[in-house]
Amino acid sequence: MANSILQVENLVKRYGDVEAVRGVSFAVEEGEVFGLLGPNGAGKTSTVEVLEGLRTPDGGRVSVCGLDPQRDSAALKHEIGAALQSTSLPDKLRVMEALRLFASFYKRRRNPEELLKRFGLEEKRDTFYNQLSGGQKQRLALAMALVNDPKVLFFDEPTAGLDPQVRREIYDIIEELKREKKTIVMTTHYIEEAERLCDRVAIVDHGKVIALGTPRDLKAHSGGTTRIEVRLSKPESNGTLKSLEGATDAREVGGTYVIHSKRPPQTIVSLVKHLEAQDNELVSLEIASPSLEDVFIEMTGRRLRD
Amino acid sequence: MTNFATLTRMRIQLTLRNKMFLFFSVIMPFGFFFLYAGIFAKGVPRGVRYFLGPVIALTVMGSFWGLSAALVMFREQGILRRFHVTPVTSSDMLASSIVANFVLTMPTVIVEILFARFVFHVTSFGNLFSAFLLIALGAMSFASLGLVVASVTNTMQETQVINQLIWLPLIFLSGATVPLASLPQVVRRVGLFLPATYLVTELQDAIYWSAAPWSRDFLIAVAALVVWAVLTFFLSAQLFRWEPESKIPGRAKLLVAATAIPFLLLGILENSSSHTISKAKAMAESVDAPSEPDAPSGNAH
Repeated sequence: MANSILQVENLVKRYGDVEAVRGVSFAVEEGEVFGLLGPNGAGKTSTVEVLEGLRTPDGGRVSVCGLDPQRDSAALKHEIGAALQSTSLPDKLRVMEALRLFASFYKRRRNPEELLKRFGLEEKRDTFYNQLSGGQKQRLALAMALVNDPKVLFFDEPTAGLDPQVRREIYDIIEELKREKKTIVMTTHYIEEAERLCDRVAIVDHGKVIALGTPRDLKAHSGGTTRIEVRLSKPESNGTLKSLEGATDAREVGGTYVIHSKRPPQTIVSLVKHLEAQDNELVSLEIASPSLEDVFIEMTGRRLRD
Repeated sequence: MTNFATLTRMRIQLTLRNKMFLFFSVIMPFGFFFLYAGIFAKGVPRGVRYFLGPVIALTVMGSFWGLSAALVMFREQGILRRFHVTPVTSSDMLASSIVANFVLTMPTVIVEILFARFVFHVTSFGNLFSAFLLIALGAMSFASLGLVVASVTNTMQETQVINQLIWLPLIFLSGATVPLASLPQVVRRVGLFLPATYLVTELQDAIYWSAAPWSRDFLIAVAALVVWAVLTFFLSAQLFRWEPESKIPGRAKLLVAATAIPFLLLGILENSSSHTISKAKAMAESVDAPSEPDAPSGNAH
């Protein structure tokens, strides 16, 4: 903890009467991809913006690369790279001009040509910013975050509003950065993003960290039930399904029976046996291992996204 | 320093790619120029020379318009926040706005002078050194005013409303459109509190009557403009906001009042002496007089 590259202790951030961040603490190690997962308005962006030096904290202590984002703001800005949320570039700025311009602000620079190639923007080098697609804009935003070869990268909702195809492209890019052992702090409200990309995740809700750990640990420590979803040819009572071996819960949701189980293999065997005896048939079967979404539901009683 | 230079280059490049710029900085000033030179001055060289001061003053004062709009748009669209995570400082941002504006305004002014020379055959432009000093000061001080407008307004709509509120008195009470001498007494008194009035009158004095840079009126106007420009720029730095939702610090509101001081003082002085008014009147009368437009020999100020 003492030599973590990034530390947050009891961070508080208020906007008027609204307390957006209410005592958040975590530490990020060098080379780690750390995720802040939570619904919109949970305080993720505010937290990240304090770390970037964009906002003044109202309480607590933060340090990034051993620097105080407020006091050492000028020095810190050379060490960090960021892809912000709700940001933009001038309409009539060309892709290559943007990379060159932003690279010129730093002491340590990466070759803009190489970034252009790496982010698949070579053909767009002379295109105006307002003529880029959403995915191209986001790739440019990530490329721009790297122009100073930063020690810590901040990606705030890097795939929000992008279609699934483009989202996967962005995942590939972040995974590549991860292989290069870049330290990344990212926020997201997408479960699969956090599970796929992050080494560790802090689940944030109402300005507080409600769980923190590797995605695997978080899931293991939660109820740890597997979801078995089945469709049957004839209706069945929830009560009977709940009494299956290993089952902890069962309910019908729109014609599909959702059974939660601690021991999925046994539950399925006993389900099949039961159905045979009843002359009922299995129409479809799906098994889902517990996700961070289940962890979130268990801790807050709400879904991450409605 | 290098950040300031690259930002300035970017601002110039972006402005040149903007069609709005073409209208406000090229078409509108030349529209004024031909209106004044061709219609008001009836193409007579002496008249064109008389109106050149007000026309150039209009060109220079228009700076605040585009500058405030550009900066507010940058903030509204979240462009400023992207710069905020880089080592770029607010003074880099503001100073580059002013310098870029200066570089973009000068060619228009020079072309206006060339038009006067080659289209309307004006042979003498008075004291060009005085004129350019005023032009430079005018461009920088009104650009600072634009930065202040950009800082106190939140949306483009608000900016345009405020700009209109500033622009109309600026052009109608300063002598830039209606000669100061023909304005009603009360209106003139109000006009004497506006920086624009001194920019217009002194620029006219420099071009039409060849006012020397050491003449009394010129020095007073330059001093007031310098103090005003410095205060306004300082204020814009205090008010500068990277984010739309950031609040304007309370102490900055006091500074808004402070920037009015130089021209408040000058306005009081001029209202009691009516020196500027009589000079404007004398210049207006001499255009129609059959004699040469040169300053009367006693015009040493």
